[in-house]
Amino acid sequence: MSIRIREEKCVGCGRCADVCPGTLIGFREKKAHMDYPKDCWGCVSCVKECRTGAIEYFLGADIGGNGSTMTVTEDGNILHWKIRKHDGTVKTIDVNRQDSNKY
Amino acid sequence: MRKELDIKTKKADVLIIGGGTAGCYAALTLSEQSQLSVLVAEKAHIKRSGCLAAGVNAINAYILPGRTPQDYVDYAAKDAEGIVRNDLLLTAAERFNEVTAHMERLGLVILKDENGNYAARGNRNIKINGENFKPLLASALQEADRVSVLNHVNITDLLTDGGKVYGAVGFSVLEETAYILEAQTVLIATGGASGLYRPNNPGFSRHKMWYPPFNTGAGYAMGLRAGAEMTTFEMRFIALRCKDTIAPTGTIAQGAGAKQVNAKGEVYEEKYGLTTSERVYGTVKENLLGNGPCYLRTSGITKEQEDDLLKAYLNMAPGQTLKWVESGKTPGESDVEIEGTEPYIVGGHTASGYWVNTNRESTVKGLYAAGDAAGGCPQKYVTGALAEGKIAALDMIRHYRPAGAAETEEPFASQEAGARLRKQARRYLAEYEKIRNEADPPFSAEELEEAMQKVMDAYAGGIGCHYEFNEKQLAAADERIAQLIELSGHVGASDMHELLSVYELKERLLVCQALIAHLRSRKETRWHSFQENMDYPKRDSAYEKYINSVFEDGKIRIIERELVKEAVYEHKDS
Ligand SMILES: Cc1cc2nc3c(=O)[nH]c(=O)nc-3n(C[C@H](O)[C@H](O)[C@H](O)COP(=O)(O)OP(=O)(O)OC[C@H]3O[C@@H](n4cnc5c(N)ncnc54)[C@H](O)[C@@H]3O)c2cc1C
Ligand code: SF4
Ligand code: SF4
Repeated sequence: MSIRIREEKCVGCGRCADVCPGTLIGFREKKAHMDYPKDCWGCVSCVKECRTGAIEYFLGADIGGNGSTMTVTEDGNILHWKIRKHDGTVKTIDVNRQDSNKY
Repeated sequence: MRKELDIKTKKADVLIIGGGTAGCYAALTLSEQSQLSVLVAEKAHIKRSGCLAAGVNAINAYILPGRTPQDYVDYAAKDAEGIVRNDLLLTAAERFNEVTAHMERLGLVILKDENGNYAARGNRNIKINGENFKPLLASALQEADRVSVLNHVNITDLLTDGGKVYGAVGFSVLEETAYILEAQTVLIATGGASGLYRPNNPGFSRHKMWYPPFNTGAGYAMGLRAGAEMTTFEMRFIALRCKDTIAPTGTIAQGAGAKQVNAKGEVYEEKYGLTTSERVYGTVKENLLGNGPCYLRTSGITKEQEDDLLKAYLNMAPGQTLKWVESGKTPGESDVEIEGTEPYIVGGHTASGYWVNTNRESTVKGLYAAGDAAGGCPQKYVTGALAEGKIAALDMIRHYRPAGAAETEEPFASQEAGARLRKQARRYLAEYEKIRNEADPPFSAEELEEAMQKVMDAYAGGIGCHYEFNEKQLAAADERIAQLIELSGHVGASDMHELLSVYELKERLLVCQALIAHLRSRKETRWHSFQENMDYPKRDSAYEKYINSVFEDGKIRIIERELVKEAVYEHKDS
């Protein structure tokens, strides 16, 4: 489980690097860079923090990943989660921060 | 050219090491209820650091209407087979509800029933949206008076003199700066220890573990080195989790009521018992009997339930939702495979951690511990971490500047003690420089970490041995860990992140050394899987006591203590 940063979408704001609980994200030529992909906990903090959707989250092949990626964008209290499957299909799930878990 | 760090010195009345759940809440309490100045040193950033980074799924410890704090004590004591501190459990349980109410005022969303009461999940849980638990806590702290936060500063060692704490030293993980932090009172809130054992996914996803891989047992290690007493490390915590993603299962088990079933579809949980450790043990046994894999039976749940589960996991372990969607095997169609994790040392779930008095002060004067770092109080979870942060803070306020002490008293004020403390600090900082200037180290921290995990897995009851061990294996583990400790004295670091890795390795090795000594001292099997000694496979009433430890001259000395029955416990002897 780890992340990939899409350089072309990164504006170099540094928010992701700031919040990562393992301080795993660095900078190369003013763009965020995942310095330690194998040390990622998969907490998605950086993905939530990025305002430009530059960070994609994926499952490693060793834990059953088959190439799908996940991103999330924030719109007030709504988190729009988007899973882009390896076959090109997209599933979105919206979660309202004001709604509690039902379980 | 020899590399040298800049040195910055800071002072505060209270230093909090670790800006996680307990640390942030202690700082908030101090700000609201006293005039003391507070410094929080956090190795990452308080917004998303520690256990709460991804979110939590429920409040696991809450006193529901019709139940009492004493009921909670009785439940937790039974689940831990009696090796708990009633005074600690009761004082935490008495505050579960008040800290929950405070979190709700800070913006935490809690589910209510039609009468406006919190909606219960089982007997002790309430349902929340815990995705932004940590950001809510962090933003409250950012507005608090007299609190300053040092993000990205990793603490390595405590400064002590004559059995009393006077501060700590650490370094920035981003800049070439070392810190000397002076304070009369210090709280250890660094969480528990992960990464001691070979993890479930040792390859690319090695850090896809349940407990945060960045909580490395730093607080235990610095406490041991400073002479603080620890308790019950031998009660390891092994979590039953979703296979591969290691996502929590409580939402499926307690929330959706799914049963544990083996590959034949038989419900096996009743066969082995229902305590936390027995649920893990049963799963291990079923696999050994050839009845694996084991699952939580979710198939057949409604589409609506399935959608709710997908959302609930996004609020705490989004990898599981990704896995369901990506594989097409959604929980309504396929049961969820489960496995036991590698063992952790974590005082929020089991009873391991600092040996503290009822007010959470350790055996080192002025040094407190709260949350996963503190022992004796299992199943305290997130509300217990908040409660203990508060209990410690209130005691600090009561005891700060005891009667007779001058108002102006400064940690380093007295001439001789000040000189000794400055010397101590310089010695620790010299160690940073030594590591940074190490020429030609034979091994990297990463290599030694892997070696440590392999030793613990094979000889101290890891996943590979189905969590079992015997006396011979523990002796081998002890010997190999001692060798690795020796080797860890010669690793180098070319940047600050590597320096962090070196310290994390050393912390874990010392925790392993203590853990092995604890495992060797409880010559019985008190908890299946958590502490399964094959040479002593039965429970023995002679071990109805605490196994405690201190670190002296490079060795762990074990102290056996009688069970505490009093309502209030004070440290007496050593
Ligand atoms: C994945 C997961 C899910 C959970 N889900 C639930 C749940 O649903 N309900 C529930 O009630 N409980 C849950 N828990 C338990 C609960 O979250 C924890 O018990 C509690 O948050 C622990 O708080 P803490 O302050 O002790 O540790 P943390 O909140 O982890 O704080 C420790 C802090 O110390 C910092 N730190 C570590 N070492 C150093 C150092 N050397 N220098 C400076 N800083 C350092 C860390 O970065 C971290 O910020 C969960 C735990 C985990 C791991
Ligand atoms: S997912 Fe979490 S651990 Fe991984 S890089 Fe992002 S913030 Fe860091
Ligand atoms: S948060 Fe996004 S835009 Fe900002 S530095 Fe990180 S990847 Fe780039």
